[in-house]
Amino acid sequence: MSAALEVEDLLFAYGPRRVLDRVSLAIQKGEMIGVLGPNGSGKTTLLKILSGVLAARGAVRLAGRPIEAYSRNELSRIIAVVPQESEIHFPFTAAEIVLMARASHHERLALEGAADLDAARRSMAATDTESLADRWVHELSGGEKQRVMIARALAQEAEILLMDEPAAFLDLKHQLGVFDLMRRLNRERKLTVVAALHDLNLAALFFPRLVLLENGRIHRDGAPEEVLTEDTIRQVYGVEVRVERPEPQRRPHIFIRP
Amino acid sequence: MKVLDRKKMIAVNGALLALLAASLLACALIGPVAIDLKRALADFFSPDAEILFRARLPRVLLGAAIGGGMAACGVVLQAMLRNPLACPQMLGVSGGASLGGILGMIFFPHWLLPLAGGLLGEVSWVPLAAFLGALLSMGLVYRLALFHGRLHPYHLLLTGVIFNSFVAALIMFLNSIVDFYQAQGLLFWLMGNLSTRAYPTVAFIAAYIAAGFLWLWSHGLRFNLITLGEEAALQLGVEVASVERQAFVATSLMIGAMVSVSGMIGFVGLMVPHVMRLLVGSDHRLLLPASFLAGAIFLCWADTLARVLLAPAELPVGIVTAFFGGPFFIYLLYREGRRLPV
Repeated sequence: MSAALEVEDLLFAYGPRRVLDRVSLAIQKGEMIGVLGPNGSGKTTLLKILSGVLAARGAVRLAGRPIEAYSRNELSRIIAVVPQESEIHFPFTAAEIVLMARASHHERLALEGAADLDAARRSMAATDTESLADRWVHELSGGEKQRVMIARALAQEAEILLMDEPAAFLDLKHQLGVFDLMRRLNRERKLTVVAALHDLNLAALFFPRLVLLENGRIHRDGAPEEVLTEDTIRQVYGVEVRVERPEPQRRPHIFIRP
Repeated sequence: MKVLDRKKMIAVNGALLALLAASLLACALIGPVAIDLKRALADFFSPDAEILFRARLPRVLLGAAIGGGMAACGVVLQAMLRNPLACPQMLGVSGGASLGGILGMIFFPHWLLPLAGGLLGEVSWVPLAAFLGALLSMGLVYRLALFHGRLHPYHLLLTGVIFNSFVAALIMFLNSIVDFYQAQGLLFWLMGNLSTRAYPTVAFIAAYIAAGFLWLWSHGLRFNLITLGEEAALQLGVEVASVERQAFVATSLMIGAMVSVSGMIGFVGLMVPHVMRLLVGSDHRLLLPASFLAGAIFLCWADTLARVLLAPAELPVGIVTAFFGGPFFIYLLYREGRRLPV
């Protein structure tokens, strides 16, 4: 069986700068993958190519078919994206933003039906955003807004969830909440999750497979204990750290040496 | 969870539609010469009927159509360019239409177009010249703003604004080389007015605006998504490039047709969308028809004021729209402004 989402020999450059350089990656259905790497290593670009909004040299296949062969409408029902930042130029309530996820699910001249409202309610409950439903999105805090965006992605009811630093603006509690949610969606709804992450320790705790990018290339791809070692972190981030594997999970944990 | 439902759609649009019908009737009856509706309806050859049906009604209808069209175009341009300052005057076509009209007035001022082979009389060809100018400038702006097969909002905005400034310079130049009497006429035309038109012209413009508006409205849901930016809209299932291209052509054709008959009536297309966003929300499925109806009502009354304020002389309606619309808009912004994203 072909992988859920697969890229082969990706090349992407902004002018002379190669952002992705011969990247190949096969994402199996139901996998949960954390993409790591320093700023500018190509994480965001990789996610944009995976979601089909950026075109690159090389092949991107969704369920074995080239991604260009899908219409935007079809894609949006298979892949949902939580972007790093969201533009809000006009006043919309959180509920309206979440319901926009349903645009590809109903007739474009129709208003949202019961199924759409239901999907929106469920995803807002899952992200602890029900109480924000009637508030203006541009008046929410960074963390609240981020959770609304996650709710929107869930309301798409897609099979693959791409997240670009989903916990970036969140406090400790909501950070854990988002990681926990990703794991629950992955286990209970069999959602394939690919997330660009910055927090190496949280990534190691929650993600069974990590991909470490360095200057647009895959430096290491595997289980957390293979990817997060003192050597790889020195090579990729240029930082000396101590890695331990505390009980009970025995996942690598990084200690910074000041 | 408050969401847009059928009840709100019907209530808002129904109320505005009733208000528009009342405004059309009231504005047709108000004027420097008092007329009696009963007499006008009883006797089609009475002076009352003559004034009502030949002078006032076509003008009131034209005002409503243009007010609605300008407001709807403003809504779509603000969404598409993701810029709250976008308005129909920014697209380049308005400048092209003005230049076309001015050239027509200067070089062939006495040309007339026969309608239906002369059966319905003749009309000035200036609107046609203006519309040709609009079409040419639309093609030019489209070509200049197209990069790698798509219309980028910033390119489109900059190209339109710069094209309009360039055209404004040409118009000033032309205005300064014609004689004084002619210059006065050009200026009046440029400031925008809705002087009485023949019914066929009104019908043609109204059909144009109606078709364009219905097309825009049918894409209302997509404009919601497009306001979130290109990437978000793509990821939520909108073929952004194609919708933007089509919306550019649709709004350009509408604006070209409107400027051709009425000159540049400013402010409706900028202000009405903002006011309606504050009143009914940003969902384009409701915002578009509500803005259309509100724009129609607003221009209807603005033109009535333009007719009666200095009667028997007439003010250019553009002065009235800015004079009354400006302070009202500032007031609303002051009261409700905290609802707007910075």
